[in-house]
Amino acid sequence: MKQASLYKNIFTPGGLLAITALFGTGILFIINWHSSPYIQENERQVLLKSVNSVLDNVQYDNDILQDTVEVYDQIQLGHDSPSLIYRVRKNKQPIAAVITVIAPNGYSGQIQLLVGINTNNIITGVRVVKHKETPGLGDGIEKQRSNWIDGFLGKSLRNPKVGGWKVKRDGGEFDQLTGATITPRAIVGAVYKALLYFQTHYVDIFSDPDADI
Amino acid sequence: MSMSESYKSIIKNGLWDNNQALVALLGLCPLLAVSSTAINGLGLGIATMATLMITNVVVSLIRRGLRAEIRIPVFVIIIACAVTAIELLMSAHLHNLYLVLGIFVPLIVTNCAIIGRAEAYASKNNVVAAFVDGLMMGLGFTLVLVVLGIFREVIGYGTIFRHADLMLGPWASQLSVTLFQDYNGFLLAILPPGAFMGLALLIALKNKIDKYLLSRIEVSQKISFKTTPMNIVE
Repeated sequence: MKQASLYKNIFTPGGLLAITALFGTGILFIINWHSSPYIQENERQVLLKSVNSVLDNVQYDNDILQDTVEVYDQIQLGHDSPSLIYRVRKNKQPIAAVITVIAPNGYSGQIQLLVGINTNNIITGVRVVKHKETPGLGDGIEKQRSNWIDGFLGKSLRNPKVGGWKVKRDGGEFDQLTGATITPRAIVGAVYKALLYFQTHYVDIFSDPDADI
Repeated sequence: MSMSESYKSIIKNGLWDNNQALVALLGLCPLLAVSSTAINGLGLGIATMATLMITNVVVSLIRRGLRAEIRIPVFVIIIACAVTAIELLMSAHLHNLYLVLGIFVPLIVTNCAIIGRAEAYASKNNVVAAFVDGLMMGLGFTLVLVVLGIFREVIGYGTIFRHADLMLGPWASQLSVTLFQDYNGFLLAILPPGAFMGLALLIALKNKIDKYLLSRIEVSQKISFKTTPMNIVE
């Protein structure tokens, strides 16, 4: 191949392609620079909203998104990586915690939960953060689809009594969903374990030296 | 063909004759995944329409400098940039909708309708025509998404325009209409098989209408053929 046609057939198109790519990258750089502060703020708001949703009637004054601690307990919290706990305080006194919990035994894999528990070991709310349960059946666990998840509000290790922390089909006190028993069973189990964890590790959670208050 | 006539045919092509979803059967992956409710369909439809307009205009602008051997990678770069830009801007300014459609927006890249229009139309026509083509192809695609969304939502949930507030703001929650009280839902319509069945019904309906229109034209041609000699007699 002659030198001239080599240029014409390889370097010119290659160069044009490179210029196009550079130009595209430049535009995306500018758009990213414009949107990233908005996106960060949006994500913070979404997180704050979901954490607040499990803090029913809890008045606090700390920055709960900053005041966090990472703990590791695969058996009781279901994570095979450290799980995050948001610490809720008023006048620097602990009043509640929001624990991220995984129910490993959903109908289609893991169900990610936020469980809010106050210092009297009473549940202030539970929300499903992420799940892959069947649409129309198991997804009744989502707050926007049914009120089932509010059944945990005000419950504790003593309410219901021993043996009551099961779905009704298993002889417990919690409703199952129409057409779905496995999903609620997994969540009831996970919430119960989170209560146990909070009761035994209460001191550790709030005395963590990383505490940034 | 005159100017206005050619735009008329662009519009007719985009909305009906060469509808990307019903005739070309392009972009089925996002179409089937997102059409579970009318609002989801509308959101993805508008995002797809925006992508189509941007890419068509850009491709048409650079069509003279474009070389045949690199045109496909250049189209891919343009489409990927446009979709990424839309995703970033949506996440920044329409975050609630982004949370609903988030994983589907990058899927627009896989919508063959976009590269198809770039190759088949935008790279051969002027900017205005390419823009109108993108708008109309996008609109045709959006209409199918919304109709399919309404169909699946009515059967699946018994509502129309549920969660409209996610996209249009709080006032839009009044748009949501519950058709049947105490409706337990019909799961099949919401799951992927419902999307296939709904799309099949829509395509069948379009073919039926086309057939009817065609038979009307044939009948009117026959009539005019018959009437002509009578006119002469008179």
